[in-house]
Amino acid sequence: MPSKLLQKYFRMDKLPHIWCPGCGHGIIMKSVVEAIDELGLEKDKVCIVSGIGCSSRAPGYMDFNTLHTTHGRALAFATGIKMANPELHVIVVTGDGDSAAIGGNHLIHAARRNIDITTVVFNNNIYGMTGGQYSPTTPTREKGTTAPYGNIDKNFDLCELAKASGATYTARATAYHAKMIKDLVVKGVKNKGFSFVESISICPTYYGRKNKKGESPDMMKYLKDNSINVKALNKLPKDDLKDKIVIGELYKNEEAEYTEEYQKIIEMFRQEV
Amino acid sequence: MENKVKLMQGNEACVEGALAAGMKFYAGYPITPSTEIAEISSLRLPRVGGKFIQMEDEIAGMAAVIGGSLAGLKSMTATSGPGFSLKQENIGYATITEIPCVIVNVQRGGPSTGLPTSPSQGDVMQAKWGTHGDHPMIALTPYSVRETFDLTIKAFNYAEKYRTPVILLLDEVIGHLREKIEIPNKEEIEIFDRVKPSCEPKDYKPYRVEENDLVPKMASFGEGYRYHVTGLVHDETGFPSNDSKIAEELVNRLVNKVEDNIEDIANYEEYMLDDADIAIVAYGATARSAKSAVNEARENGLKVGLFRPITIWPFLTKQIKELTKKVKKILVVEMNLGQYLIEVERAADKGATIYRYNKINGQLISPDEIIKKIKEDIYA
Ligand SMILES: Cc1ncc(C[n+]2csc(CCOP(=O)(O)OP(=O)(O)O)c2C)c(N)n1
Ligand code: SF4
Repeated sequence: MPSKLLQKYFRMDKLPHIWCPGCGHGIIMKSVVEAIDELGLEKDKVCIVSGIGCSSRAPGYMDFNTLHTTHGRALAFATGIKMANPELHVIVVTGDGDSAAIGGNHLIHAARRNIDITTVVFNNNIYGMTGGQYSPTTPTREKGTTAPYGNIDKNFDLCELAKASGATYTARATAYHAKMIKDLVVKGVKNKGFSFVESISICPTYYGRKNKKGESPDMMKYLKDNSINVKALNKLPKDDLKDKIVIGELYKNEEAEYTEEYQKIIEMFRQEV
Repeated sequence: MENKVKLMQGNEACVEGALAAGMKFYAGYPITPSTEIAEISSLRLPRVGGKFIQMEDEIAGMAAVIGGSLAGLKSMTATSGPGFSLKQENIGYATITEIPCVIVNVQRGGPSTGLPTSPSQGDVMQAKWGTHGDHPMIALTPYSVRETFDLTIKAFNYAEKYRTPVILLLDEVIGHLREKIEIPNKEEIEIFDRVKPSCEPKDYKPYRVEENDLVPKMASFGEGYRYHVTGLVHDETGFPSNDSKIAEELVNRLVNKVEDNIEDIANYEEYMLDDADIAIVAYGATARSAKSAVNEARENGLKVGLFRPITIWPFLTKQIKELTKKVKKILVVEMNLGQYLIEVERAADKGATIYRYNKINGQLISPDEIIKKIKEDIYA
């Protein structure tokens, strides 16, 4: 018997999903839905937008207003939706390649505007859908099908990028910390502004195999062993932090939200015709 | 009420037409010679309760316009040459997802950054084939400020009626031209709004065409009909499908909803063609010179007429064929190296002779040049 959550929020006839066995994406998707459930949002008022990639196939399974757009452009589509109807809770689910490579410019500008959109990045450090090419979050020296000798690019810290661009809420968790993802998405949706939740995923099929990270359980164990809660950060010597994944709520700030600011302009300059 | 008479620029008339049609959302990125459309929209929209946003680039502008339309607002973007190229992927997205929107392209000389402030008609083929795959396209070209007003309204109406992006092809001359225009009263303007579903949400099939309908009924996100939209080939439920039969049916339906209704979409003007030996085919700013050339030719006793396509796409195959049967000699005049010409040649009657006059140096084609071409090449 499928769980209540599944029955209530998923399009049962679209399951099973297309993700590989052991992929982390399903866990993150479930956490997003749990967050929506906890927030008690009306399904008709939720809009889930994605770009293109393995992660971006998530909206198809979720029973809301769902939009699967072009590669990298989810945030630009979402911006139009939120502008047109600020009543909608707009959640963008996207990959690391989708959001930070082809869509990098949209990410920094959506953050800069502080428009009330919650972005959940399914970061598997690789391009899954196209078969394992390196992405902007593949760690330097690690391999992808287009980095057979090890990638020489520096990788992005996506939360730092979002914060520097103007996001008023940034947070990170991993597929191992599913409940934490849920908590962070809840806070992200509550934040009136641009919220960015990076969720470290795993892609055993490509990233795992290319970089000899073992099977799915090994990769999950890695996430568990190498994550440090931001609250414990000060207590640790700096050296211990190398290559560690800092998780938890990383940044929060209150600032004017874009659609509300625009509404003020309308109220000031509207003319009766 | 008296109709308002105003001195207006083409780009301004485009915004006024859009507002008259019900535009409530504009998203775009500035580029000459289309910039005034963004500027005037930013000024006018909040006054009517609408919204303007300057996006980070043209790709984002197109994406936001699609999002805005899907969430229920009539939406428009405007651009020029390089920006039009950037929008193409998402124009294809709007086509396959059947989301109404209007894209204005005030053409400038190309390729690439080309001639920023000079007129051109170089994007005729890009308007049709710029996005990948087989798809329909509606593109309209005005030749005066008043017609820019009227055609922008028409562009919105076709977009809503056929659920497809519609392109308004201006050129720099028309965009920046100032003319006195009479703005029609509201009651004189015909507006078409997308047809919304009235069924129970659970019965809604977002891509099913009901009997007697032209296109599927369209619910806005947030109205209680939850559904899925994807740029992948999809079935009538909106979900992706790899079924070759479904793919074929979808693409054919998209193309045919426009091609089968060409009579509704076909706009053109015939001028002094009744007794003509030679027809000039010209559109946009070039048609203004062509009209002067016709008048001058007539004063000289030459039987010249003008056929002015207003609908550029879908191509007016039937009308052009009839024309070439009737006059046998046609001169296609364009500010490009013969993009519309190719289609005229394709459609022409076998016995017809097609002449061409083209210019790509950023200068308008003058009436004198057209007369000279007719006297030296065609009548000689
Ligand atoms: C314009 C464009 N360029 C390239 C592609 C091919 N493509 C599809 S998904 C993808 C990468 C997806 O990677 P990511 O966003 O990290 O998601 P993942 O599949 O790893 O979840 C690429 C390059 C495309 N669909 N569109
Ligand atoms: S390729 Fe990787 S990211 Fe894509 S479904 Fe498989 S495991 Fe997941």
